[in-house]
Amino acid sequence: MTVQELPGAAAYRPTPPPAWKPLTDPAPLLPDPEPYRVLGTDAVADADPELLLRLYAELVRGRRYNAQATALTKQGRLAVYPSSTGQEACEIAAALVLEERDWLFPSYRDTLAAVARGLDPVEALTLLRGDRHTGYDPREHRIAPLCTPLATQLPHAVGLAHAARLKGDDVVALAMVGDGGTSEGDFHEALNFAAVWRAPVVFLVQNNGFAISVPLAKQTAAPSLAHKAVGYGMPGRLVDGNDAAAVHQVLGEAVARARSGGGPTLVEAVTYRMDAHTNADDATRYRVESEVEAWRAHDPIQLLERELTGRGLLGDDGIEEARAAAERMAAALRERMNADPVLDPMDLFAHVYAEQTAQLREQEARLRVELDAEQDQHGCDDVEEGR
Amino acid sequence: MTTAAATAGERTAKAKPATMAQALGRALRDSMAQDPTVHVLGEDVGTLGGVFRITDGLAKEFGDNRCTDTPLAEAGILGAAVGMAMYGLRPVVEMQFDAFAYPAFEQLISHVAKMRNRTAGAMPLPITVRVPYGGGIGGVEHHSDSSEAYYMATPGLHVVTPATVEDAYGLLRASIASDDPVVFLEPKRLYWSKADWSPEAPVSVEPIGRAVVRRPGRNATLITYGPSLPVCMEAAEAAVEEGWDLEVVDLRSLVPFDDETVAASVRRTGRAVVVHESSGFGGPGGEIAARVTERCFHYLEAPVLRVAGFDIPYPPPMQERHHLPGVDRVLDAVARLQWEAES
Ligand SMILES: Cc1ncc(C[n+]2csc(CCOP(=O)(O)OP(=O)(O)O)c2C)c(N)n1
Repeated sequence: MTVQELPGAAAYRPTPPPAWKPLTDPAPLLPDPEPYRVLGTDAVADADPELLLRLYAELVRGRRYNAQATALTKQGRLAVYPSSTGQEACEIAAALVLEERDWLFPSYRDTLAAVARGLDPVEALTLLRGDRHTGYDPREHRIAPLCTPLATQLPHAVGLAHAARLKGDDVVALAMVGDGGTSEGDFHEALNFAAVWRAPVVFLVQNNGFAISVPLAKQTAAPSLAHKAVGYGMPGRLVDGNDAAAVHQVLGEAVARARSGGGPTLVEAVTYRMDAHTNADDATRYRVESEVEAWRAHDPIQLLERELTGRGLLGDDGIEEARAAAERMAAALRERMNADPVLDPMDLFAHVYAEQTAQLREQEARLRVELDAEQDQHGCDDVEEGR
Repeated sequence: MTTAAATAGERTAKAKPATMAQALGRALRDSMAQDPTVHVLGEDVGTLGGVFRITDGLAKEFGDNRCTDTPLAEAGILGAAVGMAMYGLRPVVEMQFDAFAYPAFEQLISHVAKMRNRTAGAMPLPITVRVPYGGGIGGVEHHSDSSEAYYMATPGLHVVTPATVEDAYGLLRASIASDDPVVFLEPKRLYWSKADWSPEAPVSVEPIGRAVVRRPGRNATLITYGPSLPVCMEAAEAAVEEGWDLEVVDLRSLVPFDDETVAASVRRTGRAVVVHESSGFGGPGGEIAARVTERCFHYLEAPVLRVAGFDIPYPPPMQERHHLPGVDRVLDAVARLQWEAES
């Protein structure tokens, strides 16, 4: 039944609804249509040469780390390795924009960010080697455990940043997530919490084109992932993820904004995963070589190297020095990873609860008996062999 | 926990009738007053005081930074609590209803329960997750689930559930003081149950993980917890007429499980019935019956029986009385305990 059909409809005048006004003006929150770039543009004039050189050295080291870790999977020294080759600019910038008191919330792919932040390269790999879940004390380094369930670390970053602010500490949390992870509920809940609480958090989405095999077009219908920020009431920034200077600048601004009480920012870094998802993945099943080649021409190390050599800030010696330092790091990593980790099976029961339950004590005792029996068995074998 | 007991013990006042809801609220208040790192967060916990009013007055007394209305997102609430705990706070999270805690399962299972373990002890998470659970209040769909089996199956979590007003206070204080995450299940149909209790009077705050014998008896043990305790107490009284002297054990804590108290009771009585309202198949009763059998086989005069909710999704409110184990169903089970074999 329409309004006209109602008795007395002729006299009916709907009361106007209460005035509506948006809570936030969306315009300043919207990302630029094109990823922001510094290298090869006028903006590079403002970049600090020392910072560029530091970024360069870290990128070279990072790439070598990825190559070394991937090689270690082939030797059976790592169970698996998700390489971030091609994405080093995002990884390194994320680590370098943070102050010591800040926190990093990495995903499983972000070993490089953790190492660039100063974490021992071997400690960063224990999860992937398979000897411990987290080989370091998160509080000591202010790096949360590398997170395997997608996007679940994002609300943690929000909670931590919120807690820090409540305590009066000017600490910022930077949380990293992939393009696929932006489809998870936790991503949305984290962004919403962060914006409502004005928590000092920076979300860095590394859009590397694929979630395992699924391309971005099947992940989202949004104009960009950075656009997602607007709906939550925070600025979205789109940046060329292979331009280390641009990523550092954009993240730096976001961190400064967060630290000064301006609230969270969502940064989408457009990059490309040059290797397969992990060493166990076959990328030829879902992408074409021409696409990979196009991105190879936009390599983050080459981009920076060209800029630095063009301006006479870096010569052959400097390049050689960076490579040699990376080689030394790789050799040390190789050597240390070739030693078998010493593990105590009793550790299985050590960190389930603050105080062990009676049930766990019983199970621990049972395992101890099994291990002792095993030991006796081996002992006998040794004796027999010795005979 | 000892500190909580001491503080509570210093005060004295006359006991007045108080509800479990009031005792829970008082436990939150006292914990927050004692420890500035205790923060309450959840949906509607601030101005409204929670839909069950457990957090009533906390935002007023401690400010909305200590008792915070969050956006409506359970994974976000618990996930944020993880980060807060990582930074040294002691969050107490309220899940509005049992079945609405499910969106937060990923956070609970993958992070809350495992963070201590993942970090080799470096990063314990002292989070208390309060979940009003169970039926019997005429709630419509998704408001009456008993979800304890899911929590029990997750190593790294403590799972506790009070059945008395005094335990509601003591166990909640102990949970908040615990350095481990605790899923604190609140039997919502007991929220308005009363006891002569005074928060000013000495209250025993025991460590989590101890069962208690609520009623001594010689012939059989009823093993139960939370909302089914009053049912079992009533059944035990009714059983006297039938000539059965029943012992009632209130578990209070499902994880850790107090094998000692339970096994000692069953060894004395030789017979046992586990009573709970969550579904029987794959439910807590199976685990408990197996544990009792393993420890008491040679003392048992009969198989351990279970009286549980049916293996159905929680029924509509007008049907829930058929689902919930009542006194008759408990007595029926007691009758099936092969008494004739004794003679
Ligand atoms: C909750 C969850 N679902 C599924 C997976 C399995 N998985 C691991 S990585 C991955 C793809 C992630 O893609 P993206 O977020 O784009 O990150 P990238 O690997 O490209 O860095 C999937 C589906 C997971 N780890 N967590």
